[in-house]
Amino acid sequence: MAENGSRVKVTRSFDTLIVEFADRKILDELCIAEIQDELVRLVDGTPDVKLILSFGNVEHLSSAALGMLITLNKKVHGKSGALKLCDIKPQILEVFNITRLNKMFDIQPDLAAAKAGFQA
Amino acid sequence: MSDERTSPDIYDPATDPPLTDLVVCSDLVAAKQPEEVIISQIEQFGYSEDAVFGIKLALEEAMTNAVRHGNRHDASKRIRVRYAVSPRRVIIFVADEGAGFCPEEVPDPTAPENIERPNGRGIMLINAYMTRVSYNAAGNEVRMMKANERWAP
Repeated sequence: MAENGSRVKVTRSFDTLIVEFADRKILDELCIAEIQDELVRLVDGTPDVKLILSFGNVEHLSSAALGMLITLNKKVHGKSGALKLCDIKPQILEVFNITRLNKMFDIQPDLAAAKAGFQA
Repeated sequence: MSDERTSPDIYDPATDPPLTDLVVCSDLVAAKQPEEVIISQIEQFGYSEDAVFGIKLALEEAMTNAVRHGNRHDASKRIRVRYAVSPRRVIIFVADEGAGFCPEEVPDPTAPENIERPNGRGIMLINAYMTRVSYNAAGNEVRMMKANERWAP
């Protein structure tokens, strides 16, 4: 967890919000619920949000984390925004592939590609 | 909790080490303890990073299912984890105190009508990452085995 107790680090790049996870493992429900709360508040406060989630620090996640991403994705689209995921390690990407969620999410190889996608 | 025999392709008392027994209470913090113990043993035997990743994930999903579905978040209920780790394979049983369920009746989370649901993927991931999975007759114990693809007799 970051020093201020936040589970995510948020930076702004023009009109895009880039979120990095502070935790290497997004497994347990308590952690996931806190991440979800932070991200939902972020989305609620940003009309037409362009959101990039960077998984660079993430080494493990559980199906509950996938559920959180699905809920977030719906929220973002409900607010006429867009969500991209990037920097997902191969082992984690395999979890998305197995559950067919690679088709639901816009997954980019890295942050540069995700940002470029929002400029296009 | 059931002690009925399991198929030797999952656990064979003749060739696998004896099962170690751990009991934890049904809260999501206590449910992490077995992972620490089991993974530290597995890492001593040269399992691949992919295998360790898969075992961690399957165990996490099995424990979450036991807490959430089996024991319904009742912290007074227990989860019994039995495991055996050897260079050849890892065996993990997770039992809860619930009434059990029917694995065949779990809907396919990849079906179009289910794909947007936030839940329902735990069993699919257990099946994907473990070599063999079975259940006791009551359906309240999952029995998982992961073979070490690096092991040669």
